[in-house]
Amino acid sequence: MSILIDRNTTFIVQGITGREAVSLTRENLAYGSKIVGGVTPGRAGREVYGVPVYDCVRDIASKRKVDGAVVCVPPKFTRDAVFEAIENGIEIIVIVTERIPRLEVAQMVELAALRGARIIGPNCLGIITPDEVKMGGVGGPAADTKKAYSKGSVGIMSRSGGMTTEIANTLTAAGLGQSTAVSIGGDAVIGTSYAELMPLFEADPETKAIAIYSEPGGRMEAELAEWVKDNDSRLPIVAFMAGRFMDEMPGMRFGHAGTIVEGRADTTADKIERMQRSGISVAERIEEIPGLIQQKLAEVN
Amino acid sequence: MPAMFIAVEVDPKVVADVEAAKQLVEVCPVGIFAQDDSGRLAIVDDNLDECTLCDLCIDAAPAGTVKVVKLYE
Amino acid sequence: MRFYEYESKALFKRHGLPVGEGGVATSADEAQSLAEKIGCPVVLKSQVLSGGRMKAGAVKFADTPEEAATLFDEIMPIIVNDQKARSVLVESKSPIAQEYYVGVTWDGRRKLPVLIFSDMGGIDIEEVAEKHPEHVSQTHISTLLPFTPRLAKEGIGATGVTGAALNRLTPIVAKLVEIFLEYNLTLAEINPLVRLEDGTFAVLDGHVDMEAEARDKHAALLAELGIGEEETRQARPPTEFEIAGAKVDAADHRGVAGNVVGFDGNLGLVIGAGGGSLTLFDAVRKHGGRPANYCEIGGNPSVTKTCELTKLVLSKPGVEKIAVMMNVVSNTRVDIVARGVIKGCVESGKDPATTIAIFRIPGSWEEEGFKILAKYGVEFCDRTVSMNEAAGRAVAKLQG
Repeated sequence: MSILIDRNTTFIVQGITGREAVSLTRENLAYGSKIVGGVTPGRAGREVYGVPVYDCVRDIASKRKVDGAVVCVPPKFTRDAVFEAIENGIEIIVIVTERIPRLEVAQMVELAALRGARIIGPNCLGIITPDEVKMGGVGGPAADTKKAYSKGSVGIMSRSGGMTTEIANTLTAAGLGQSTAVSIGGDAVIGTSYAELMPLFEADPETKAIAIYSEPGGRMEAELAEWVKDNDSRLPIVAFMAGRFMDEMPGMRFGHAGTIVEGRADTTADKIERMQRSGISVAERIEEIPGLIQQKLAEVN
Repeated sequence: MPAMFIAVEVDPKVVADVEAAKQLVEVCPVGIFAQDDSGRLAIVDDNLDECTLCDLCIDAAPAGTVKVVKLYE
Repeated sequence: MRFYEYESKALFKRHGLPVGEGGVATSADEAQSLAEKIGCPVVLKSQVLSGGRMKAGAVKFADTPEEAATLFDEIMPIIVNDQKARSVLVESKSPIAQEYYVGVTWDGRRKLPVLIFSDMGGIDIEEVAEKHPEHVSQTHISTLLPFTPRLAKEGIGATGVTGAALNRLTPIVAKLVEIFLEYNLTLAEINPLVRLEDGTFAVLDGHVDMEAEARDKHAALLAELGIGEEETRQARPPTEFEIAGAKVDAADHRGVAGNVVGFDGNLGLVIGAGGGSLTLFDAVRKHGGRPANYCEIGGNPSVTKTCELTKLVLSKPGVEKIAVMMNVVSNTRVDIVARGVIKGCVESGKDPATTIAIFRIPGSWEEEGFKILAKYGVEFCDRTVSMNEAAGRAVAKLQG
């Protein structure tokens, strides 16, 4: 089992003829993903690694079931592309594009909520269910992805695309496979937060524990801590908190668009305290994550 | 500064072939090839180290006429 | 990117908000003639991108134009939270009957803009929210439905304000929401918004923050306000080193080699990506290392770009060695980064083998990258060595 996507998930790539989208398409296909089409306006009739290209999402969504879309179009056109996917009945949308103004992200998220669709990202590398399917650039070329990710029972949620793979790699090396890893995106407003993914992991019998990468800025960690307390989660959670140096440097932006300390609630100290109070373990180093997870799993049993 | 990591060797026949030269200029994603005023193939030394080892130039030219040499091997 | 108070007020004024008469002075003479023109009493306020001006003594009141000149000379040299004043804003001062707070910002949890209103203005809004929650209202704004003033009215009314004050406040608060939405702001704040003794309202202090991503979209406004393209408007102005870093990033569209921030250590860092850099910077410090800089490489930068960044870091006074480290990479290529940093060392007249303390970038194209590093005698490690351990090795090399 897994969350969000499995081996039967069909998806399209919007902006498929772009430089990054072309390699993402090749890598996803090589990993076993079912990419059923691509969209680039004016390029209908072409193919990208055997994937047919269409002018509009409708041209393929009217013909067959499409579960998801990976959006890799420039920031100026992203909102339109995401609206197009939502209005054509696509239910899971991964937005890779970064530098989209917040107001437009909020509009996409609001429309998705009205239509019952889910957005992952923006500014993310997507979702992977190891040895089954990946949707987005997470892990890179198929051969490299296989080195870092292995099938198992740890769910990963990360505000950093690169650190999603770093954590998976550390877990794999320690013999802990992953159920599903989600790069949730590094912006201040994103489609799906940790707390919003928790019910999905909670309902997935395969998932036995959660590893999280977090950083300064925003209220997402506080929201997670509250969720864990209010819902009496069965899942042990281990978090890693990067950017501790930023607590001393308010007003400076590092890392991602959403990573800035403006108030006390943005600091790593505050986040760590809140998470620990709700029972989440916070690792000092990435390599401590597997041991802490094993320890917590042993306590549960 | 000369290239440190990559050298490209092209058969003199391809260098002199204006059409083949044009092909090489088109396929290279990092601009390693150019054509001089007479259309002959020229190597842009400044871009050699940007080579991504994509092999597109090798595929575009007649077999064995373009070699990408890794100077670090 | 933060606006100065005088810029925020200029933006408000364009949209018809009631901003008092005033102007910006950069000399005592200017302050004096502004005070003469406006009519005393006046208030003089230091223009810095920071709060805490009142506490620092950088806001003062003058009863005569001559006093305004004297106070200008007192205020201008005051450093507020490490920041020098850019100028002094001179404004008319009127008797106040009541202070209100109005702010619009983003609620990342609800993923919507939120209008915050309080009839207890002038003080820290978070403190008011804690001690007098019934005096603070939060009203979320849809980004899809057209915004209409009834939301402003509801937000104001929720704090118990009624009568003429409610009707006069509503269009002002509604306008602030419209400005927030129109200019891609992350904060639009009036604190305090005041009711004067004659019953009219005025913006006493204003604060605007614009999303960096939307800079291009609002280039005309920024030009009109005199905000230059090189102004990052973060917590402090950029250093020469940081401006040079931004130039390296802008010179080549292939990938990222950006967000260079200077520190005063001796270990140069060529690190990435977004999250990896944060993790690695912490790790270096935890091992007792003193970073000379922060930076982020990612998105598969070209050899040239990485080379130029390396040269810049190596040129920073005090830098002895560099550590080249990233998380396991997906799209950035190990071999391309290896070429870039080695070339950067050589072009700086340094031996890569002794200059690069450690190279820890596993992942995409690592076999090819490791061959290059081996050839130049650079110490590297694969994915079995953690980011933390690599950082420790780099620090140890510098100390030993």
